[in-house]
Amino acid sequence: MQFGIFTVGDVTTDPTTGRTPTEHERIKATVAIATKAEEVGLDVFATGQHHNPPFIPSAPTTTLAYIAAQTERLILSTSTTLITTTDPVRIAEDYATLQHLSDGRNDLMMGRGNTGPVYPWFGKDIRQGIELAIENYHLLRRLWTEDVVDWEGKFRTPLQGFTSTPRPLDGVPPFVWHGSIRSPEIAEQAAYYGDGFFANHIFWPASHTERMIAFYRQRFEHYGHGTADQAIVGLGGQVFMRKNSQEAVDEFRPYFDNAPVYGHGPSMEDFTRETPLTVGSPAQVIERTLGFREYVGDYQRQLFLMDHAGLPLKTVLEQLDLLGEEVVPVLRKEFAALKPDHVPDAPTHASLVAAAGGGHDATVHADGDDVTGTSVQESTEEATV
Amino acid sequence: MTSRTITVISAGLSDPSSTRLLADRLTQAVRDGLLTRGIDADVRVHGLREHAHDITDAMLTGFAPAGLQTVIDDVVAADGLVVATPIFTASCSGLFKSFIDVLEKDALAAKPVLIAATAGTARHSLALEHALRPLFAYLRAVVVPTAVFAAAEDWGGADGATGPLQERIERAGGELAALVAAREAPPAADPFTLTSSFEDMLAGR
Repeated sequence: MQFGIFTVGDVTTDPTTGRTPTEHERIKATVAIATKAEEVGLDVFATGQHHNPPFIPSAPTTTLAYIAAQTERLILSTSTTLITTTDPVRIAEDYATLQHLSDGRNDLMMGRGNTGPVYPWFGKDIRQGIELAIENYHLLRRLWTEDVVDWEGKFRTPLQGFTSTPRPLDGVPPFVWHGSIRSPEIAEQAAYYGDGFFANHIFWPASHTERMIAFYRQRFEHYGHGTADQAIVGLGGQVFMRKNSQEAVDEFRPYFDNAPVYGHGPSMEDFTRETPLTVGSPAQVIERTLGFREYVGDYQRQLFLMDHAGLPLKTVLEQLDLLGEEVVPVLRKEFAALKPDHVPDAPTHASLVAAAGGGHDATVHADGDDVTGTSVQESTEEATV
Repeated sequence: MTSRTITVISAGLSDPSSTRLLADRLTQAVRDGLLTRGIDADVRVHGLREHAHDITDAMLTGFAPAGLQTVIDDVVAADGLVVATPIFTASCSGLFKSFIDVLEKDALAAKPVLIAATAGTARHSLALEHALRPLFAYLRAVVVPTAVFAAAEDWGGADGATGPLQERIERAGGELAALVAAREAPPAADPFTLTSSFEDMLAGR
């Protein structure tokens, strides 16, 4: 099982000091948090994608590539990549490039985004969110699996004889997760392709997650990718820890009370009861997290939200120490002991290459004019790596 | 005997509340109207005051806490709805409107609804027609022709039990009962399943 963190990338005022970080500080803090995640033994770092203040991650692959250069094992992912408003051609190119730079240490998670104005800013309509996610993702898959694509759809200008470069590393595209809170169409999409399904899980009651995952598992089996319990499931989580649980409650409360999304609403006690948020000791976090398995089954990836609501970098790094040193080692051991052998791990580049019967260089060389690339055809001799 | 579910929403804030009193009278009229048609009424009554915090939380977080979710589930599952609100500042109370705002947009589609309101004076009597009826029309609910408004003075008077307010209550209750009795209970939609195939979605159908 993979453990990691995911970030929204919000620039939020620290309610205890009134200080708001600059964009520069927040971007640098994001890198510090990601490298710390590797240092404390976590497996995954994922960033969101946003195109409006107060968020900094508008160019996620730039940040992820920079982090890749400073880490050795960490898997770089997204939470989420906006499949609705980002040109699928750009996603194909950006994430294939990241794959080469990170030597396959990346996957990505598709999401629709729920900020109304972002759609018209990119020439799209939020009411067509599901249709955009379905058409754009189908094109993205073709761009990664077919060297030359002829394509025509409803939302993007047609493509004739288009080759997305670079081709995926070793001829194997990055693994894809689909994230959704409560749209069964997206769980269906993930099941149809045999992709992973990630339930945000935080901010909303666990009953939503339970039903979405059950639906995804059932449809995964329906489409013949394996049994329902072999479907690839990821969950979010949100925790704040101190050795002593009362200290955690006291320290986190002002951040909770003023947080984006849920601040000024329910009490922290109500919210921890109604949603998977856990504020307390590492032992409490371990117990709650192990409990997720009881309603979603054995799952492959657990990401925690650790750095939002204006928490200062120093505090976030302390949280990561607790997560990496006291929580995740226990969770790894406990989850592994419970998982039956026929339930797979989350796919990685290495496992996907092995499943494809080995990797090969997939470079498409231009025929004739390799300066402008005006003539493209399938001319690659597949050389086994 | 067959049975139909009637959910009653009262947005009265005080206790005792004249809005709740009106809602109870209407409920009895609907119950009687169904009984004459050989139908038993399964009535669930909810006052919004005890869910006021939950309604605000639901607007802020996007999900209803468990207590409020029970009310919403009863509204969605009902064969007929009786709603009663005080008139504040020329419209329904803010709490009532907030409750309507946290419902899914299709939650009341084709659902028979009886609208009712209370106020201090008869000068507010058309608020039901200019504020409540358009609200439920927007939600594609089927609102019965008689909306029942009760001013403070309607609760007194020599001819109380047989007076014009009681007449309106019985007429409106009968109208809702007729709609509910004629209605085939639709199957409850499950928001976590799909009715179209992925191939159809992929083909843009």
